Amino acid sequence: MSRFQVVSGKGGTGKTTVAAALALALATEGRRTLLVEVEGRQGIAQLFGSDALPYEERKIAVAPGGGEVYALAIDAERALLDYLQMFYKLGSAGRALKKLGAIDFATTIAPGVRDVLLTGKACEAVRRKDKQGRFVYDHVIMDAPPTGRITRFLNVNDEVAGLAKIGPIHNQAQAVMRVLKSPQTAVHLVTLLEEMPVQETADGIAELRAAELPVGSVFVNMVRPHLLDEDALRTAAGGRRKEIAKTLTRAGVTGSAALVRPLVAQAAEHAERVGLEREQRAVLAGLGLPTAELPLMGDGVDLAALHDLATELRKQGAGEEGDA
Amino acid sequence: MSADTAGTDSATVAEGGPDPDAVAEGGLDTDALLDDPGIRIVVCCGSGGVGKTTTAAALGVRAAERGRKVVVLTIDPARRLAQSMGIDQLDNVPRRVDGIAGDGELHAMMLDMKRTFDETVEAHADAERAKAILENPFYQSLSAGFAGTQEYMAMEKLGQLRARDEWDLIIVDTPPSRSALDFLDAPKRLGSFLDGKFIRLLMAPAKVGGRAGMKFLNVGMSMMSGTLGKLLGGQFLRDVQTFVAAMDTMFGGFRSRADATYKLLQAPGTAFLVVATPEQDALREAAYFVERLAAEDMPLAGLVLNRVHDSEASRLSAEQALTAAENLDDARIVDQRAGKAGLGDRVAPDPAVTASGTTEPPLSPEAGQSSGPQTPAEHQDTTENEQPHENIDAIDGIDVISIEELTAGLLRLHAERMQVVAREHHTRDRFTALHPEVPVTAVSALPGDVHDLNGLRAIGDRLADGSAPAPAGAA
Repeated sequence: MSRFQVVSGKGGTGKTTVAAALALALATEGRRTLLVEVEGRQGIAQLFGSDALPYEERKIAVAPGGGEVYALAIDAERALLDYLQMFYKLGSAGRALKKLGAIDFATTIAPGVRDVLLTGKACEAVRRKDKQGRFVYDHVIMDAPPTGRITRFLNVNDEVAGLAKIGPIHNQAQAVMRVLKSPQTAVHLVTLLEEMPVQETADGIAELRAAELPVGSVFVNMVRPHLLDEDALRTAAGGRRKEIAKTLTRAGVTGSAALVRPLVAQAAEHAERVGLEREQRAVLAGLGLPTAELPLMGDGVDLAALHDLATELRKQGAGEEGDA
Repeated sequence: MSADTAGTDSATVAEGGPDPDAVAEGGLDTDALLDDPGIRIVVCCGSGGVGKTTTAAALGVRAAERGRKVVVLTIDPARRLAQSMGIDQLDNVPRRVDGIAGDGELHAMMLDMKRTFDETVEAHADAERAKAILENPFYQSLSAGFAGTQEYMAMEKLGQLRARDEWDLIIVDTPPSRSALDFLDAPKRLGSFLDGKFIRLLMAPAKVGGRAGMKFLNVGMSMMSGTLGKLLGGQFLRDVQTFVAAMDTMFGGFRSRADATYKLLQAPGTAFLVVATPEQDALREAAYFVERLAAEDMPLAGLVLNRVHDSEASRLSAEQALTAAENLDDARIVDQRAGKAGLGDRVAPDPAVTASGTTEPPLSPEAGQSSGPQTPAEHQDTTENEQPHENIDAIDGIDVISIEELTAGLLRLHAERMQVVAREHHTRDRFTALHPEVPVTAVSALPGDVHDLNGLRAIGDRLADGSAPAPAGAA
């Protein structure tokens, strides 16, 4: 199974939640995973109900069987200063560079440098080994930028490698690109069973494939339960209103006559939505990738809910490679 | 409607103010906003996936059909806005949308940031210099859309559209940034870079060397230039320097236009709409944005809350519905064990039903099925517009579902809906407690996606009606 798992998805599909659940799911049986975020949103901290994450790997959760989940919020500026310190021993000079706007230039304006720093830090964690020569993390899971930007974000190393033709940034970019395009990496996309996210997922997969980046699984998030056979519900409800009213009354509902119409209307809406979901499932099936489904967590996602989602992912064998 | 009458209508609205009957306390009067001739720019902002683009398109359609000449500028790379407006592909030029009712006009365009950047360069540099810039590798990467370029170019394009003065109203959809705030930050950042100290140092360190106290800068500069050269490679740095040299005469222009657009956004002719869904993350982003707009003196018109759920049967709570559904489950079990033992003697009959004079059938799966196809006369009191004859065949086809199962299913669906409604109210109340001053319009959820103008009109209607108070008992 890929050691570097990148989780992207359209905005609002819950990719942070899926990345966190995946980090938990892969951390079972004594394994250790690192969950990284790169967009400075502190989404992981909010999800796990912890304080804002510093630029430092720290344990954020434990998984069944003694597994551990670490988390890191990668900050491009800090990553660059570390990098300068590591290679050039630039202590206070780093601050002078910052004052001049050079750091700002490198991390926010210079094309792709920011992205190389972010992916570079994640790849470093993927490759890092302890003194016994074992990998420090069994898996690194990245809560990545959304689908619309993911290919550019990951492929930017190519861009930088082309632009900065020599030097450490060039070498760094080349090294990162080798990891990203290898079977060690899987890029997953999170979607909902709605038309726009599914379309964006299909487009995103095509772009990733064109850039020769390894596509992993599709995660269908926030799947709502099917409470009844909806077709039966819809067709049957139309002609049986009077009976429904009587049955409601017998079930202890007062004033049932006035409730029948809105209840049947809600059922019709539900049936319509289920029909649309079925269409979107068919589109997803046509993508030919492993798919995992995660249920809607009605009361919001907290740590307990994350564990439930992780259990669900393990059951479905999530995280397997698709294209790779 | 001619431009004159549109003006008169709007003037009436402006004089009379929002109709107090039409809009509840704290509500956003969408139509008054769209009709106000003083409003020339509406900016839709919010986090990703909340329906910004659809909202912008729906507002565009509605404003145009209320007589205004509108252009919608979208930045979303997905081509969905184009599709919903019946245009196959949007590009960097406003295209007229067909099928708009009335005398208004709707135009739509999608920002092509590279194109916009190229055009800006071509418009502000002589041919030779422009060519040098456009061919520079650093420029090519920069303009293809890295940090901030999209936001910067959106501002540039907005400024251009406004300067042309061809439209009454420009509706802008903001980029799907990592944070909604990038829209405000990035242009300044790129502007200050292009016009900044650092880039001048890169270009010509000698120029600043003459001034007192600049010695430190020179030391810093040579070290930095060396470091960056090592880090990025000498060629990269040379590309940047060539780019900077070629752009030199344009920097002032970039900066002053960014400043002008920024001021335009602060002006009374602009209205910001923060878009969110009734979910924690989206509303948290919305709250940040509201605070940020206030800090920047940007005029906020209100909050558009998309995909809100409600129920016409809200007087039946989730708990009541679930209890009733369980009663039906129990009844079926009892029924299977004890034959005809129904619930009738346990639960007081509803007067509304008994008044119709029908007797209750025995509670058994067979009973529900056999009485399924009813004659119209039998249900005149509970229904107005159903068409039983069309359903008879369908009902015959479904012989597995009893009336108890069906009714229990309806009740469980309702319980689920009521739980969603309660959750959304809770989240919304938290936002309102933080920002009671922000007018809100709630757009109820559609079961499916929007594909065409009619879908956008339906959203527009909801945007206009969404200020009505939430149904009682829903909270």
